[in-house]
Amino acid sequence: MRKFDTKVQHLKYKVLRETAREAWADRLHETALDIPKRIVPDKIPTMRCCVYKERAILADRVKMAIGGDKSNPNVIEVIDIACDECPMGGYDVTNACRGCLAHRCEDVCRFGAITFDKNYVAQIDKTKCKECGACAKVCPYSAILNFKRPCESACKIKAITMGDDKQAKIDNSKCISCGACVYQCPFGAITDKSFILNVIDMLKKSERKHYKVYAVVAPSISSQFRYAKLGQVISGLKALGFHTVIEAALGADMVAQAESKELTEKGFLMSSCCPAFVSYVEINFPELVQYISHNLSPMATIAKYVKEKDPTAKVVFIGPCTAKKAEVQKPEVGKYVDAAMTFEELQALFDSRDLEITELTEDVLDNASYFGRIFARSGGLSDAMAQGIKEQGLDFEFKPRACDGIEECRIALLQKSRGKLDANFIEGMACVGGCIGGAGCLTHGEKNKAEVDKYGMEAYEKSIRDAIALCSL
Amino acid sequence: MKITVCIGSSCHLKGSRQVVEQLQYFIRENELGDKVELSGTFCMGKCQQGVCVTVDDAFHSVSPDTVKDFFFENVLEKVK
Repeated sequence: MRKFDTKVQHLKYKVLRETAREAWADRLHETALDIPKRIVPDKIPTMRCCVYKERAILADRVKMAIGGDKSNPNVIEVIDIACDECPMGGYDVTNACRGCLAHRCEDVCRFGAITFDKNYVAQIDKTKCKECGACAKVCPYSAILNFKRPCESACKIKAITMGDDKQAKIDNSKCISCGACVYQCPFGAITDKSFILNVIDMLKKSERKHYKVYAVVAPSISSQFRYAKLGQVISGLKALGFHTVIEAALGADMVAQAESKELTEKGFLMSSCCPAFVSYVEINFPELVQYISHNLSPMATIAKYVKEKDPTAKVVFIGPCTAKKAEVQKPEVGKYVDAAMTFEELQALFDSRDLEITELTEDVLDNASYFGRIFARSGGLSDAMAQGIKEQGLDFEFKPRACDGIEECRIALLQKSRGKLDANFIEGMACVGGCIGGAGCLTHGEKNKAEVDKYGMEAYEKSIRDAIALCSL
Repeated sequence: MKITVCIGSSCHLKGSRQVVEQLQYFIRENELGDKVELSGTFCMGKCQQGVCVTVDDAFHSVSPDTVKDFFFENVLEKVK
């Protein structure tokens, strides 16, 4: 079974794996510069113009694997020399245009941007074109193509621009660190910083310094590592040195309980689970920040509980999300969560220790209810809120708006700011599909939602109340 | 006296919630609320012997079926 969606992810993984391998062996400071040559050992290039450029880019990837540019607060960065300076022309007519008579493109264009040359071939006036794409949709020869850069297309909040050197630039004042561009850039030129060295360091010192490292895993893990059993992933985590593994979904159960109560008291609320959504509201709709739930995210909620039980504990969150890396940099979250990493990085950690998880015995993971677990997919949080209201016997007519992806979030927020939103709860998820669409997932597939629901159904506890009963201790 | 019950995955599947609920009931019935502190922890590293329970520092393997005997022998007798 394929471990990654793309070869870009595979390349990034190899760098992370080799960097981790050297870190475990305590020799990274001596060998870091050798890693590029280890990955591209031959003289014949396979990715770029020459092996020297390939290695130069890999050296930058090693830098990202060890934490990236410390002076840049954003966890997402552009690797300048990896950016291929894609064409940035927007919609253009290609030579597939036959100069037909119908001129559907002209008719459909509401901006008068289409004209024709002496050979009746369509031309697009860039000063008038609004890049709506209507002409491309109606052309019977598919002759009109969008040459917008994949990173710009991926970034729905328009935080990516082109510098004078034609290289992609991230506007940190707009970026919400969702990672959409990271996953979409075909050259792997935009990437998330890794903090696996901190994780390795914590694990290595845990025995000597007498503290325990807890892994908190996101429920979207149910759609990942499908080449093995979930129980084997848990065994793998313990083999890496984690004391135990806890479901972030238990934190989600705790959030569903508290947030449904908060909603009935306040009358209107927006979710605080997705850090990219929260950042988006803070940047673009400051007047609506007051409506964001005061609950910590499920990750921070469960980590807080772990540290109440074990004050010397270290907590590492493992999930699908690049924005969680930004969330743990907030002081109010960082005091509970010591590091955040992705499923991609977990695969690299397993392989850096040559752990073949398919050969391990199956351990168990079962802390949360069905409702906590389905937070991983769009609509799950709203379902859990409805359940929380029902279980607590709260008298409230619940009208949720589950926003699937940041564009739907934007629409709901605009409606709310104009007093036109017909809902009393906004579930904001920046990634399409919910967390299972996160940039840090190894694979993204049609069946992922079904996998999450199936995993939810397998939970030992059937209600939120029963799942969080133990957390009253 | 401090009773700590493991609430990690393995013990949870073996009935730690039921053990906790029964202990809470017995503590209430015997009015030991001010003498016995009940708390939870994630994993004591002895998953095979779950549900793992410690009374102060002494380890006990308990199940929903044996929790009543456990309470009378190891909690009630000793607190009195």
